[in-house]
Amino acid sequence: MSRYTAVTPDDLREMLATIGVGSIDELFDRQIPAGVRLGRRFDLPAGMPEQAVYEHLRDLAGQNTSTEDEVTFLGAGMYDTYVPAIVDMLMERSEFLTPYTPYQPEISQGGLQVMFEYQTAISELTALPVSNASVYEGPSAVGAAGYLAKLANGRSKLVASAGLHPHSRETLRTMATGYDMEVVEVPLRDGVTAADAWASAIDADTSAVFVQQPNFLGAVEDVEALMTAAKDSPAVCVAQVDPLTLGILKPPGECGVDVAVGEGQQLGNRLDYGGPSFGFFAATEAYLRRMPGRIAGETRDVDGKRGFVLTLQTREQHIRREKATSNICTAQALNALGGVVYLSWLGRRGIVELGELLLQRTAYAREALTALDGVEALHEQPVVREFALKLDAPVERVIARCQEQGVNPGLALDDDGLLVALSERRPRADIDRLADVLGTAVAAERRRVEVSA
Amino acid sequence: MSDTLTIFEKGREGRRAFVAPELDVPEKEGLLPERFRRTEPPRLPEISEPEIVRHYVNLSKRNFDLDSGFYPLGSCTMKHNPRLHERVAALPGFARLHPLQAPERAQGALELMWNLERALSEVSGLPHVSLQPSAGSHGELAGVLLTRAYHEDRGQTRHKVLTPDTAHGTNPATVTMAGLEVVKVGTNADGGVDLDDLRAKADEDVALLMLTNPNTLGLFDPNIEEIAKIVHDVGAILYYDGANLNAVMGRTRPGDMGFDIVHFNLHKTFTQPHGGGGPGSGPIAVSDRIQPYLMVPRVVRRDGGFDLDEDAPKAIGRLRGFQGNFGTFVRSYAYIRSLGAEGLQDASEVAVLNANYLLARLRQECGDLLPVAFGELCMHEFCLSGAPMKRELQIKTLDLAKRLLDHGFHPPTVYFPLLVDEALLVEPTETETKETLDEFAEAVGKILAEAREDPEVARNAPYDTPVRRLDEAGAAKRPVIRQPLP
Repeated sequence: MSRYTAVTPDDLREMLATIGVGSIDELFDRQIPAGVRLGRRFDLPAGMPEQAVYEHLRDLAGQNTSTEDEVTFLGAGMYDTYVPAIVDMLMERSEFLTPYTPYQPEISQGGLQVMFEYQTAISELTALPVSNASVYEGPSAVGAAGYLAKLANGRSKLVASAGLHPHSRETLRTMATGYDMEVVEVPLRDGVTAADAWASAIDADTSAVFVQQPNFLGAVEDVEALMTAAKDSPAVCVAQVDPLTLGILKPPGECGVDVAVGEGQQLGNRLDYGGPSFGFFAATEAYLRRMPGRIAGETRDVDGKRGFVLTLQTREQHIRREKATSNICTAQALNALGGVVYLSWLGRRGIVELGELLLQRTAYAREALTALDGVEALHEQPVVREFALKLDAPVERVIARCQEQGVNPGLALDDDGLLVALSERRPRADIDRLADVLGTAVAAERRRVEVSA
Repeated sequence: MSDTLTIFEKGREGRRAFVAPELDVPEKEGLLPERFRRTEPPRLPEISEPEIVRHYVNLSKRNFDLDSGFYPLGSCTMKHNPRLHERVAALPGFARLHPLQAPERAQGALELMWNLERALSEVSGLPHVSLQPSAGSHGELAGVLLTRAYHEDRGQTRHKVLTPDTAHGTNPATVTMAGLEVVKVGTNADGGVDLDDLRAKADEDVALLMLTNPNTLGLFDPNIEEIAKIVHDVGAILYYDGANLNAVMGRTRPGDMGFDIVHFNLHKTFTQPHGGGGPGSGPIAVSDRIQPYLMVPRVVRRDGGFDLDEDAPKAIGRLRGFQGNFGTFVRSYAYIRSLGAEGLQDASEVAVLNANYLLARLRQECGDLLPVAFGELCMHEFCLSGAPMKRELQIKTLDLAKRLLDHGFHPPTVYFPLLVDEALLVEPTETETKETLDEFAEAVGKILAEAREDPEVARNAPYDTPVRRLDEAGAAKRPVIRQPLP
């Protein structure tokens, strides 16, 4: 008996007698052939009491430098966003935390209505009429959009902007080998997708096109123009979007985008070293029956009461099997709950105010940092919450110097680039501190290079 | 009635919960060209914090959950979710750790991943582990893509994937996504793989056999060694769907049965709470011959510490961003350290004991009305057929399931696997007491007795739930999948 099981010696005797076997060994030995029995204990450490497990995990956690331990400007897909207390409280409620997927709608109305509300919020954010109830996370949502395109038009080529997050491009490539499609990458020029190369890459074989808004280098893309360039082809137009910028940036639904996907972490979810968070997947009406994943829909019960169910299930693997629109079943329902609670907390005006705040602080930070000696902008495009720099010093060493001062200046890019992200948790004082620490680190590294030369 | 309004319907213009941090930098005009700007804000709710809390707390009360009652949902392993796991996953060193933090500043997280990989390797009997996939089906996709890479590296193009007709629907769906073709293998009279059919279909064009063992009938295939031999003899790979791993920990291992690839469902066997539909996690373990193709990044030991390695020329790439659902790794690792070698074995032993006890009790209560579909004993779950009940009492499996709701139980999985008429798949798990199993068996007995008197009662059930039977066909015919807004 462990602390999570409850069979007393008396229980065991009665249970074995009711079953009609003499021992637990007999239960297994009558079913598992001798040739494949393990015949020894697992070579694993012995179990520990709860408090010892807690202390072990606390010690491991203590070896990590979290966003509580340094002033961080790391972003690149996940951001140090404030999570309101009500999100934690609601995500920890047993009634949301511990049910399975709502296969019995009569006793799952809470979760199903949350999905319906989440779908509405994502639909509003993206200005697209249709959203599913969540997918795993951002980059795999990009791959899922590729599969949708394959099923929709059967063409062979996927055209992806190099402004797409590297993880999205890698995931798309991996998944596309499965559905036998080729991925063609279009380079950036001046920080945004090169318009002429983009237009000439799209042809009658193009199944889907992919852009990211803002792109990996933080630049705001002219999504409308890029999508217009694809309108004469059969291609499904896909955009990976940063949901927190959609209070101020023109939404994908108004830019000619057919499928909008993205990473939902910054909508009320923790960093968690990369997950679990959620991915969102929204589309035009035309793709409703090709969507991957669960979708909640409104209906009535036999007494005429309003209720919600999982709907359009004939798309899904448990019914359609090898002809399903996707293999996904378990997705990220609890994290999507965090998402819709967060969006309700932020509200119609809050999402605009937060977007404006990020826009202003990012502009301030960009100006402060590019004023430093040995630091210049990697591109001059408009940015909202993230921007790229080029350092005249070895970037990894600069980052290490900054981290010694308690500041994480951002993500190292190729050729001594640096990607700097803002969040509403980085006030002006933090930005000034970053400018100070980064300026000192770059200067020190340039001196070191000079001396060694 | 107000609890059926959505949060969007409850909002009123001018209300708010969020107060923005002050604008502490000089405001500048024209940072964003007008053509890139949104003109109308998204119509998110305008609502105060107290109303948000009340709305979602009231919604939560319209859910049944594992913390309040028995949840014998077959193939889902609804075992207790220890609260310690929520506490440790929320430690700031994990919860607020950025996924792109330098590895030397994330040593505790990487050590945890390393330790979890080692433990899963021991549990599965396969040497190499990737924690990256986000759910079982994601792990399956990884497995099929790895298999393709393996064969292609040998200059072979193999098209077929064999799956038994009892397989989870994710298996065939995954195969198609990975560009291969499903070939179904039949089930023999004992509920196992039909060996003759397997032999007839196993040829040089077979890339992979995907098998769940114990299968979705709760039966351990006694011919597993012969199955492995047939598949290996034609040069194909064996894939183990680990959805039912809770049956065998410490007793037998997929690697020892001859499998090359296995996926784990951390949200089943290893207590990650299911969250009403995720998050899950679907790590995979693989044999030496599959290892070169494993996804990147990989956790490696280097210079006395841990690192993330992307340098693997034959790797299939990555299947998602960052390092996977790390928060689920923390919970599952805490579980493995709590139970240890003995505790994990105890979990499987009690899971099998409980399933067999419940099966025996249901035999006592229901006689021949709800016979087990195949076999005498079972592993961690068992499949009943409601066909005799339907014939004798005029109530279907669906009616029995709906009537169980009025008794305060979550019903078993219904109408799966597909080859059993009126199927009920029951998985009690190890964390339930004998008393709970007795109560459940008695409730089923009562429902059958009641149906003998008046089948209409069950046919119209449930009665005591927040809503009663819902019009699912209507919902699919005229989909309303978002709140219309003025």
